[in-house]
Amino acid sequence: MKPYTRYRYAKNWTALALCCVSGLIVLVPLGYILMYTVIHGLSALNLSFFTNLPKPVGETGGGIANALVGTLVMLLLSGVIAIPIGVLSGIYLAEFGNNTFGNVIRFMTDVMNGLPSIIIGVFAYTLVVIPMKRFSAIAGAVALSILMLPIIIRATEELVKLVPGHIREGGVAIGIPRWKVSLRIILRTAMPGIITAIMLSVARAAGETAPLLFTALGNRFWQARLDQPMAAVSLQIYEYAKAPYEDWHAQAWAASLVVIMMILVFKIIIRIVTKGEVKAAT
Amino acid sequence: MEQNNIPKDSTAAAKPADTAAITAASSSAPAVVPIQIQSKHDKMSTTIIEVKDLNIYFGATHAIKGVNMAIKQNSVTSIIGPSGCGKSTLLRTLNRMHEISGGVTITGSVIYEGNDILTTDATELRKRIGMVFQKPNPFPSMSIQENVVAGLRYTGVHSSSFLRETTEKCLIKAGLWEEVHDRLKEPAIKLSGGQQQRLCIARALAVNPDVLLMDEPASALDPISTAKIEELIFELQPNYTIVIVTHNMQQAARVSSETAFMYLGQLIEFGKTKDVFSNPKHKQTESYITGRFG
Repeated sequence: MKPYTRYRYAKNWTALALCCVSGLIVLVPLGYILMYTVIHGLSALNLSFFTNLPKPVGETGGGIANALVGTLVMLLLSGVIAIPIGVLSGIYLAEFGNNTFGNVIRFMTDVMNGLPSIIIGVFAYTLVVIPMKRFSAIAGAVALSILMLPIIIRATEELVKLVPGHIREGGVAIGIPRWKVSLRIILRTAMPGIITAIMLSVARAAGETAPLLFTALGNRFWQARLDQPMAAVSLQIYEYAKAPYEDWHAQAWAASLVVIMMILVFKIIIRIVTKGEVKAAT
Repeated sequence: MEQNNIPKDSTAAAKPADTAAITAASSSAPAVVPIQIQSKHDKMSTTIIEVKDLNIYFGATHAIKGVNMAIKQNSVTSIIGPSGCGKSTLLRTLNRMHEISGGVTITGSVIYEGNDILTTDATELRKRIGMVFQKPNPFPSMSIQENVVAGLRYTGVHSSSFLRETTEKCLIKAGLWEEVHDRLKEPAIKLSGGQQQRLCIARALAVNPDVLLMDEPASALDPISTAKIEELIFELQPNYTIVIVTHNMQQAARVSSETAFMYLGQLIEFGKTKDVFSNPKHKQTESYITGRFG
């Protein structure tokens, strides 16, 4: 083999090796977190963990039941707020947004995407908590919906843009008003991807803590009213991790494991249901 | 004008014998011999759409230059010409499809039913003047039945019995009923190209238009499907006015009763098909038809 060829092969293998090593380095933190969580959390995990309320320090058998329900309630409420606004904005941007106004909205949405979640929490505090003069699940839901909005808007816009123009032409050419073509025909075509994007934004909001600190506040008891403070799993983890008690630390690890497992299962379900075909803006 | 260079099958209006031969050759086509029906009152002499002094600009480009044309009711008018001459642009003006893409300036008028359509409501207009496109475009998220009645459902008609009747009627008119009557709930995209195009024709017919605009409807299809579409045009002609843009001269000669020849945005010649093909009045028309350019 000529010396230059040998040099070329050496370069090739070096580059390949660097790529593989980089990939492995990226996997290390993820693997470490998962391993650590499993090791520390598995010991406190049992069936009563999911069905019990938090207990005072020293008492055994505390759980996250109300926190799980609280997270679900707030996710549902924030979805009700964010999904209609997000989807309709996305459709507007894709169909009618090729002007300055549309560009401004697009830019602001991108800025919103990068906002620190604590600032979103403080904003919701000013907007909802102060006028209502109490912490509430509604405030928490508003904060989470602000978090979900940019993801839904961007994904909807991209997916509606992907719908071929001749579908729109076909709808308009048989006398259907333009707005109805957008809402009924084009949206229906883009729906699978939009649903995936919505589910991904919900998965993101499920794990957030900072927006809920000054809005939902957290709660150690069963509480169904939306205008009162409500528990959330992420808040519970935060409280327990801060505290100086060993058994609370163990519960925090267990709760973290539960959250990670829930999000993992959720994403796997999304993959299976859409058969991996649809790639939404993650 | 000289006759020696003109190909044989470009003369006269539709030749039933030719089309019967094509349909007999295709194994799956029904054995129907299409005939051009002339009504008692010879409706072909009434003008249904009149284009007056139409000029269209795409920004600075002058795409359509001063076109005047009178389309007769219940005729099949074909618009022929080389690529880029403005055939599709002219056709799309008739149902105001330019507004969807934007960036177009239109002057002049198009009179339909006594009104200038460029100033009246576009959505209502498109229910009376329908369009079929070059590439079949059934709605992908809907079944065959939902596709056919989409125009009705999304404009307020909800009676399910009426919709079912309309589906059957229009699929029969489009020559597709035999092939799909047992699988109406299947997704429309599962059909073949030719079937999809006939589905689009059925969909356009469902809203009961007077005029059907066809923008090269068979150019994306195989010869057997093309023959079926041409046969369909024969069958629809007694009840509809059809304007078809085609780059295939022989197709224009086969299906149409009137022909318009366009070149570089201008309407060079417009008249009965057999006159345009056998006795063209302009040199450019003759050059195009004899294949000297285009």
